[in-house]
Amino acid sequence: MKKRQRAGFYFILPWLIGLIVFTAFPMLAAAYISLTDWDIVGNAKFVGLDNFKYVFRSEDFIKSLWVTVRYAVLAVPLIIATSLTMAVMVSKNYKGMRIFRVIYYMPAIVSGVAVAIVFKWILDPSYGLINGVLAFFHIKGPDWLYDPNWVLPSYLIMAIWGAGGSLLTYLAALKDIPQDLYDAAMIDGANTWKKVKYITIPLMTPIIFYNLVLGIIAAFRKFTDAYVLGGAGKEGNFYMVYLYEEAFGHYRMGYATALAWILFVIILLLTILVNWTKKYWVYSE
Amino acid sequence: MSLKKSKKLSKRMGRGRMIALYVVLILGSVMMLLPFIWMVSTSFKAENDIFSIPINWIPRKITFDNYIKALKVVPIAKNMLNTVFIAIPKILGEVFVSALVAFGFARFEFKGRNFLFMILLATMMLPYEVTMIPTFMIWSNLGFSDSYVPLVLPAFCGSASFIFFMRMYFETIPKDYEEAAWLDGAKNLKVFYMIFIPMAKPALVTISLWSFMGTWNDLLGQLIYIDSQHKYTVQLALASFSSMTGETLWGPLMAASCMALIPIIALLLYAQKYFMEGIKLGGIKG
Repeated sequence: MKKRQRAGFYFILPWLIGLIVFTAFPMLAAAYISLTDWDIVGNAKFVGLDNFKYVFRSEDFIKSLWVTVRYAVLAVPLIIATSLTMAVMVSKNYKGMRIFRVIYYMPAIVSGVAVAIVFKWILDPSYGLINGVLAFFHIKGPDWLYDPNWVLPSYLIMAIWGAGGSLLTYLAALKDIPQDLYDAAMIDGANTWKKVKYITIPLMTPIIFYNLVLGIIAAFRKFTDAYVLGGAGKEGNFYMVYLYEEAFGHYRMGYATALAWILFVIILLLTILVNWTKKYWVYSE
Repeated sequence: MSLKKSKKLSKRMGRGRMIALYVVLILGSVMMLLPFIWMVSTSFKAENDIFSIPINWIPRKITFDNYIKALKVVPIAKNMLNTVFIAIPKILGEVFVSALVAFGFARFEFKGRNFLFMILLATMMLPYEVTMIPTFMIWSNLGFSDSYVPLVLPAFCGSASFIFFMRMYFETIPKDYEEAAWLDGAKNLKVFYMIFIPMAKPALVTISLWSFMGTWNDLLGQLIYIDSQHKYTVQLALASFSSMTGETLWGPLMAASCMALIPIIALLLYAQKYFMEGIKLGGIKG
C-alpha cells in the first residue's frame, strides 16, 4: 500500500518539472532582470531599483495604469451583471433555451483578433454599424476610438458583448439552487423579484465572487483587443500593451520585467482585498 | 418538451411574462449575432456599397472580390494549418499529462500532496506576465527563436487549470471501480488507462476543446515567439493584415475575419454538447 502511495508522486512529476523549469526558475530570473538594464543583445547591467523608480516618473506608465484601472472598475461589474442576467434568463429548460445558451456563450469561444477587427469596423465613425444605425435616427454618433473621450465606452461595448463568456459558471451554480426554496417562497407569496433578491442572488454570491476575482485579473491582463484596436490619445494603451511594447518593441527587458512585477503585485493585492470583503457579502453554508 | 409540460410552465409563469422573456432573449441574441451578420454582409459588398449610409444590410451586388483580395495578402489556409500544427501536439500533451497529474493528485496520498496542490492553485492565479520575459530569454538562448517549440513543449508539463478540473472530475468517480483492479495487482498506469481515461472521456473532450481554443485565440504568446511570415498563425496573420491595411480595406478585412471565424463557429455548433459539459461538471465552486 505504501508503495502505491509513493507512486502518486511519479504521476505529478511532469507538472512538478514544469513548475520548476517554467515557473520557479523564470520567476527568480525575473527578480534579477527587473533590477537590470538589458536590451537583449548586450549584457544585463545591474541598476538596482532604478527601473522601479523610473516607473513612477513615466507618464506612459501612469496613463496605461489609469486606462486599465478605469476599464476594470467599469467593465468587471458590467460583465458580471450582464452574464448573471443572461444566466437567470436561460437557466430553465424552456423551449429553445439551448440555442440561446449557445449564442450567449459564443464569445468564450469566438474571440481573438478576428472579432477585434470586426468591432473596429462596427465602431468606425463614418460608416460603422453603430453610427450607421444612429444616422438612421438622424443622430450623429461619436467618433468612438478616434475620440479620446469615447475610447473607454468603445471597450465597454465590447466587454458587454463578450459577457456571456462566463455564462456556464453561473448556469452551473443556478442549477445547484434547490427548487424547494423557490416553491416555499412562492407559497409565502414572494414575487419573481423577491425570489431573485432573497434566494438567487445570495446563493449565487460564491460564483459571483469567483468571477469577480477572475474578471479583475482578466481586465488587468487585457491584451488582444487593445493591441488590435488601440485608441486615440493613448486611451487604448492598456497595461499589457504598454508592457509588450516596452519589452518587444523597445527591447527594454529590465524595465518591462519591472512592469510585470508591478502588475503581479497589483493583481495580488486586489485579490487579497476582494478576498477580505468576502465575509461581508459572500454566502456560505 | 411536451405540450402538457409547456402549458403547465406557461401557467406558472403567466403567458405575458413568458412572451416578454422570449422577446428579451431574442433581442439579446440579435445583438450577439449582429457583429457576424455585419461582417458577412460587408465581406460580400463592393467598395462603394461598403461606404454607404444608410446601411445596406443585403449587398446590392454580391461580389467575391474581397475574398480574392484578402487571399492575395493573407494565405489564410496556410495560417490555419500553422495554428493546427501548434494546436495538435499541444492538445495531446496538455490533456494527457494534465489527466495523469490529476490522477496522481486524486488517488494517491503522498507526502506534501495538499501543499503542492495549493501551489498549483496559486500558479493558476498568478505569474504569467512575470515569467513571460525570462521564459522568452531562456528559449532564445537555447536557439528556439522564431520557433513553435516554446509554444508547444511547456504543454507537456500539463496545465494547472486542466489538472484542477480533471482532479475534480476524477474525484466524482467512486473508488469501488478501481479497488478491484488494484487488488488484482494491476499496475497504476493500467488502472489509469483502463478505468479512468474511459470514464473521463467527456471531460477529456471538453478540455481538449478548451486547449484548442486557447491556442487558436492566443495572440500574445504567438506574437512573442514567431517572427517569419511563413510561420504566421491565424491570429498573427490577421493582426498584421489589420495593422498593414489601416482603415480603407474593410471589405478584404471582413472577408479574412470571416474565413478565420468559420471553422471556429462550425466547431462550436458541432461540439456544443462538449463545450456545455462545464455545466454538468458543476462548474468551479468559489
